[in-house]
Amino acid sequence: MNKQIQMALAVTWLFSAIGIPVDGADWLRFRGPDGSGVALDKNLPVEWSEENNVAWKAELPGRGISSPIVIGDRVVLTSCSGYRQDRLHVLCFAAASGKKLWQRQFWATGRTMCHAKTTTAAPTPSSDGRRIFAHFSTNDMACLDLEGNLLWLRGLLLQYPNASGSLGLASSPVVVGETLVTQIETDSQSVALGLDAATGETRWEVNRPQSNNWSSPITIRDDEGTDFVVMQAGDGLKAYDPTNGELVWHFPEPCGKTASSGLAGNVIFVPCQGLTALRFNTSDTEPELLWQEDRLSPSSPSPLTYGGKVYLLSGSILKCADAETGEMEWQLRLQGNFTSSPVGGGGRVYCFNEEGMGQVVEPGVNGSIAASNTLDEGLVSSPAIANGALYVRSYNHLWKIAEK
Amino acid sequence: MVLERLRSGALVTRWFFTCLTVWLCLPTTVTVAGEVERMIETIRTAGPAGQGNAEAAAAWQRLTESTAEELPTVLAGIDNCSPLSANWIRAAVDAIAERELAQKGTLPTKRLERFVLDTNHDSRARRLAFEWLVQADETAADRLIPNMLNDPGIEFRRDAVARLLTQANALFEDETKHPEAIELYGQALGGARDDDQIRTVVAKLRELGQQVDVPRHFGFLTDWKVIAPFDNTGTKGFDIVYPPEEEIRLDASYDGKEDPITWIDYATDDDYGMTDFNQPFGKLKEVVGYAFAEFTSDQAQDVELRLGCKNAWKVWLNGELLFERGEYHQGARIDQYTMQGVMQRGSNSVLVKLCQNEATDSWTVEWEFQLRVCDATGTAMLSKSRGSGNVGQASGNIGQVSVQEAAAEQVGAE
Repeated sequence: MNKQIQMALAVTWLFSAIGIPVDGADWLRFRGPDGSGVALDKNLPVEWSEENNVAWKAELPGRGISSPIVIGDRVVLTSCSGYRQDRLHVLCFAAASGKKLWQRQFWATGRTMCHAKTTTAAPTPSSDGRRIFAHFSTNDMACLDLEGNLLWLRGLLLQYPNASGSLGLASSPVVVGETLVTQIETDSQSVALGLDAATGETRWEVNRPQSNNWSSPITIRDDEGTDFVVMQAGDGLKAYDPTNGELVWHFPEPCGKTASSGLAGNVIFVPCQGLTALRFNTSDTEPELLWQEDRLSPSSPSPLTYGGKVYLLSGSILKCADAETGEMEWQLRLQGNFTSSPVGGGGRVYCFNEEGMGQVVEPGVNGSIAASNTLDEGLVSSPAIANGALYVRSYNHLWKIAEK
Repeated sequence: MVLERLRSGALVTRWFFTCLTVWLCLPTTVTVAGEVERMIETIRTAGPAGQGNAEAAAAWQRLTESTAEELPTVLAGIDNCSPLSANWIRAAVDAIAERELAQKGTLPTKRLERFVLDTNHDSRARRLAFEWLVQADETAADRLIPNMLNDPGIEFRRDAVARLLTQANALFEDETKHPEAIELYGQALGGARDDDQIRTVVAKLRELGQQVDVPRHFGFLTDWKVIAPFDNTGTKGFDIVYPPEEEIRLDASYDGKEDPITWIDYATDDDYGMTDFNQPFGKLKEVVGYAFAEFTSDQAQDVELRLGCKNAWKVWLNGELLFERGEYHQGARIDQYTMQGVMQRGSNSVLVKLCQNEATDSWTVEWEFQLRVCDATGTAMLSKSRGSGNVGQASGNIGQVSVQEAAAEQVGAE
């Protein structure tokens, strides 16, 4: 690796470590920087089609609904193939050209059954800028470096034999410092684990509610610069110390188990009683309840907080509310059904429906659709934004959408 | 003396440079004798809790420096190793083959093909070798797959069956060639282990007037003694040890949820062996039932019990709890859960505990399971005491006979 790349990665890592999305910053996990779904990229395309503003399109093996992540000049995502979805793939593409740089494949060691709408490649991988952490619904985990060298493997079902759900798992892991945190919650067995990011060895484990949960943990940083990992479930929202798994605080109201919490600064927007905004300050104080709004209940897509507004999809209705007060400002009917979570960038909100139509919303006073763009292929995964481009994973392809 | 010293010095110098030359000429790979095996051994020590991962990663890196010629040795490292170790080694194989193919444009095809054809090796390792082989030799699939209908590797079988289906479907379109189509469909059924292919073949054979005993093909247990309802209020019955878990007395009467209950006979004629407790007991809620079956084996042997079930359940083989699961109504499919067990020679007991919860949604009515006995490839293993087939499903077509014979070899079926 040359020094320029090393420097670029170091800078990227620094910014991601301090939680500041930067223009062109990496998109290292489900919903990007801080799990917020927001990128500060300015020159994002508004219109595209198969012939227009598609920088490249790469074919993918098998199926998958995980989102791509972007690490410097590389785009990484997971997939699965085989009659039983028991072949698990980690793929790495060059962000500039779409050329496949490497591919690693593993045999599932856990159960592969899942709902027809999802696949064993549902959780989005995460990265600390140096390593890739891929998690599958089979509870197989693989850690690779950016060249595809295998650093460690875990087959969590070998240790937690009932930690599988017949509808499939989807929670995406997060990496905090040198700990990889994964949340596995099913009707049969539930556990959250903190793994040594370097070796995959278990640093801690905590019991979690025995009930299906597909939401992903988020990470927060308090006023003192201390990181925490926050998990939502039917028993509330809990913050843990990622270094040892100790419970730091507990907001006890039942939370949703599909859409994940959003984050803006030191405010968490959690699917709970509709939507609940909680402000956290220091590690030793409970979070402060800012507002709850039952009209802001998200369906499967996670809420987005962008430019002082909260956006969420409730069915095919995009709702916009003031992030400070929770007061509804406008709602806009979009076309189609949505599983993909909205992302924000370039001052706009990007919403992809299950038919692959990307609807670009100009927030404004009332909200309006600036463009509706089709890819002629369905999708349910959430896009990534990096380097002035949208990276979109449809059922069979990975697309880079960028201004030409 | 001086001359000798000079000669000696010259010899040492020559020896030194000879050694240096040889050393420099050695490839910078792990071709040192036994090195590949040592790296594989290190990888095999990595445990399920992550212990040994750091050492395995170092060994993996070194292993990936192997040459293409060493691929069969690396592939053989997958034989008899744990699922995790197998993944470490397969990733190394991919890294080696990916690099070598990119650099040299080919792979040692003859050595890979020998590995593919050697059924003493792990089936997944053979399949991995095959997938790299076909990237270097595009004729390999056409040459090898047609002969793999009865391969131990289910993915090889799947490919072979797919080819037969293509041929049979073409014959099916021409009425004058239906006898040949039946022959090919029969062969395909004999090899098929995946449900989608079996469904396709069975539908075609039935359309052609053939009778197929599907439960027999899969090895579903269809004749049961069942007893219910015990209490499962608040789903607490899952952990309560009711009398059938302590003793199997088929003439006994026990206190049920409301009334005394006794064992009754239940036989399913469902193609997929679905044993539906709602049929004999009604659509009850918050109840527990048990199903008991005997399985006669003519030898002690390893088996797989494969269950499909959307209720909470436990399964025992000869009194040993194989697995339990407390999930309700999340979906079911064939071979949803695979359990390894050992059949003893003679009579064996299979006991299933089946729990129904309190949910009243339309999709929570089912109180049922399907259980089959097979080997690791999914080939049916039939009890010696099994009857001749389900009502209206006499045996007789080619495919069925072939698969039954295969099963009979395994278990000594009738």
